Amino acid sequence: MSDLESFRAETRVWLEANCPPEMRKPVRDEADVYWGGRNATFKNDAQKAWFEVCRDKGYTVPEWPKEYGGAGLSPAEGKVLRQEMARIGARPPLSSFGIWMLGPALLHFGTEGQKKRFLNEIAAGEIRWCQGYSEPGSGSDLVSMQTFGEDKGDHWVVNGQKIWTSYADEADWIFCLVRTDKQNKYQGITFMLFDMAGDGVSTKPIKLISGNSPFCETFFDDVEVPKSYGEDCPGYVGEINRGWDVAKYLLGHEREMISGAGGGDRTAAIGAALKRNAGEIDPVLRAELAQFDVDALAYSAMGEKFLDELKVGKAHPAQPNMMKYAGTELNKRRHELMMAAGGSRALEWESEETGGGKGARNWLRTKANSIEGGTSEVMLNVISKRILDLPGA
Amino acid sequence: MPLYYDDDQAMLAETAQQFMAEEGAIAKQLRHWRDRDCKDGFGHGLWKQFAEMGFTGMLVDEDDGGLGMGHVEAGIVLENIGRNLTPSPFLSSSVLAVTALKHGSDDVRGRWLPGLIEGEKVYSVAIDEGAKHRPETIACKAEKSGNGFRLSGKKDFVVYGASSEMIVVAARTSGDDSDSDGITLFAVPQDADGMSHDSVRLVDSSMASHVAFDGVELDGDAVIGEVDGGREVLNAMLMAGRVGASAEGVGVAQGAMDMTVDYLKQRKQFGKLIGEFQALQHRAAHLYSEVEIARAVTIKAAQLLDGGSEKADLMASVAKAKVAKAAGLAVKEGVQMHGGIGMTDEYDIGLYMKRDRALQEFLGDQYYHAGRVAEMSGY
Repeated sequence: MSDLESFRAETRVWLEANCPPEMRKPVRDEADVYWGGRNATFKNDAQKAWFEVCRDKGYTVPEWPKEYGGAGLSPAEGKVLRQEMARIGARPPLSSFGIWMLGPALLHFGTEGQKKRFLNEIAAGEIRWCQGYSEPGSGSDLVSMQTFGEDKGDHWVVNGQKIWTSYADEADWIFCLVRTDKQNKYQGITFMLFDMAGDGVSTKPIKLISGNSPFCETFFDDVEVPKSYGEDCPGYVGEINRGWDVAKYLLGHEREMISGAGGGDRTAAIGAALKRNAGEIDPVLRAELAQFDVDALAYSAMGEKFLDELKVGKAHPAQPNMMKYAGTELNKRRHELMMAAGGSRALEWESEETGGGKGARNWLRTKANSIEGGTSEVMLNVISKRILDLPGA
Repeated sequence: MPLYYDDDQAMLAETAQQFMAEEGAIAKQLRHWRDRDCKDGFGHGLWKQFAEMGFTGMLVDEDDGGLGMGHVEAGIVLENIGRNLTPSPFLSSSVLAVTALKHGSDDVRGRWLPGLIEGEKVYSVAIDEGAKHRPETIACKAEKSGNGFRLSGKKDFVVYGASSEMIVVAARTSGDDSDSDGITLFAVPQDADGMSHDSVRLVDSSMASHVAFDGVELDGDAVIGEVDGGREVLNAMLMAGRVGASAEGVGVAQGAMDMTVDYLKQRKQFGKLIGEFQALQHRAAHLYSEVEIARAVTIKAAQLLDGGSEKADLMASVAKAKVAKAAGLAVKEGVQMHGGIGMTDEYDIGLYMKRDRALQEFLGDQYYHAGRVAEMSGY
């Protein structure tokens, strides 16, 4: 038996013994997901047990090194673990922007001191992070940002406003892009890390068309951000005024994540399931579904190819933009078709049968897919410029 | 298996790309034969070169004198054929006919494979019996006659049929027209009495026949595989052909896109390179993503086919449908973005549009295959 095969066998046994049956059901709503943090509570004992056993084994971040709270798995082992978890429908033990976004940036740009402290906190679900990028006047155009940090020697004093800060009202710390040099458009931004419990930080939820409020406006009013949290642990990532490099690296990760390349069902074929739920399907809708399923199945092959190439460094660095563009456009189409197949029942906003209008709310939520993390238009700009090398793009 | 080429495949890709760009180039092959009104529609000299390169018998088992390669490798050759619009009987002979012949007896394989591997012979397949691809229905009849069979009926869209030394014919030996069982495949030689071709040039300058079988007497050894059990072989042949046609389509799409992107970087209007206009940039970037996705699913389908997966049939249809959408977009955008010059015969972009049209129709268009995807998925 190869090492990988024996790892698979061990993993199966371990999952069988440790993943509670309640944690093998599809995630239905927010409460099914554990986000960690200072104020986190578990929905039930199974969620707590599953999180703790994964944390102790390093399986909240399986591919991170052991000294930073991971399990030190190789990419191939990580893939096996994901496959085996998917096989039994296991829920992720912990979801967090720390895992998806800040973690990869720290692994790449962080100092040893930052990694030891912050990565371990993230892996153990102790600190919940949020992201401060967009501002009211600068969405996809991040270089126009205005939030300013005035240099006061050993700290900055930050003033300004961020928007679309996901779950800022529940987050403990923020990784935040702050202008530190007004003269230089690109090289005047610093990637800062700070505690949101400090003076001068306030948040306000934004209610969306789906009726939910995953996003906030976040205000900074003379917030003091230390330049250092102790030996070898700066209060910023990378270099001062070079936060753009970190942000670009991280946006690549975000786009990968939003594109659904890492898993999830947003690109799955849907025709068969809709037929089961909706009964007879209008022939023209059936044709649309078939065309969608062709695109969805083809896209999932693309996702597989992209991840395979990413692992061995064969993917074009701008490829995540293509995955994000195509994946989010597909997801919007998918929810349009699901609404069409659901008919008047799918419109019910509050009925018990629709789980409180879950389908309708999801449909509305998907409209943001091609806006958040860089709009589809911005993705197309990046493809034009960096892959097709078109002039002046 | 990862979804990219391994080292051997990458090397083959490099070789095939260089060979086809030089020897299979549009001016040297497609335009050359078209402008001479060549009745074959392709060059036998190039076919011989294909043999020297090891392409003709790449899917043939090593025991039968071939290279024993798979559909990923055949796809590599086909993508480069597509990119250069190289007219050749590779898809019909080396992919479709070979896939059928692999199911034949020692005698059948011994009779037909060597000539093909050497690039001496060209074969084609006769499946369709109407303007649209509907292989579920086979009306062409082969009745028992002495030790052999008597073949009657008509076939359409037999690509390079009149130039072929042998045609693989799917005929009915029992049951009703739309029965799944009761199909038998035959290797019908060119000189068979009672077979006639009405050979016509298609929009892409390739040649295809309407073939009529008027009581063609066939020996028992013309049978490929089992009598009445040909549906399985036919399906294998169709899958191989669809995956191959998808790979060629990816090449057509890539070739058209490359030409177009290149043009966007050179053509000036209103004092600017037209590639600077965001309206065109976004369409080009969208096209790029469609072509990449089409390529990914084509390689996936080829890998599944090589691995003998049950999902190969579904993914072959997904690939054929997706490639048709992507390549269709590539050629239409190509002609549009080239503007007036795109409508001229002198410019190659129009040739891509014609080839794409023919390729889309071959072995089922996107509507047929999307319909199959729905059926196989249970709706």
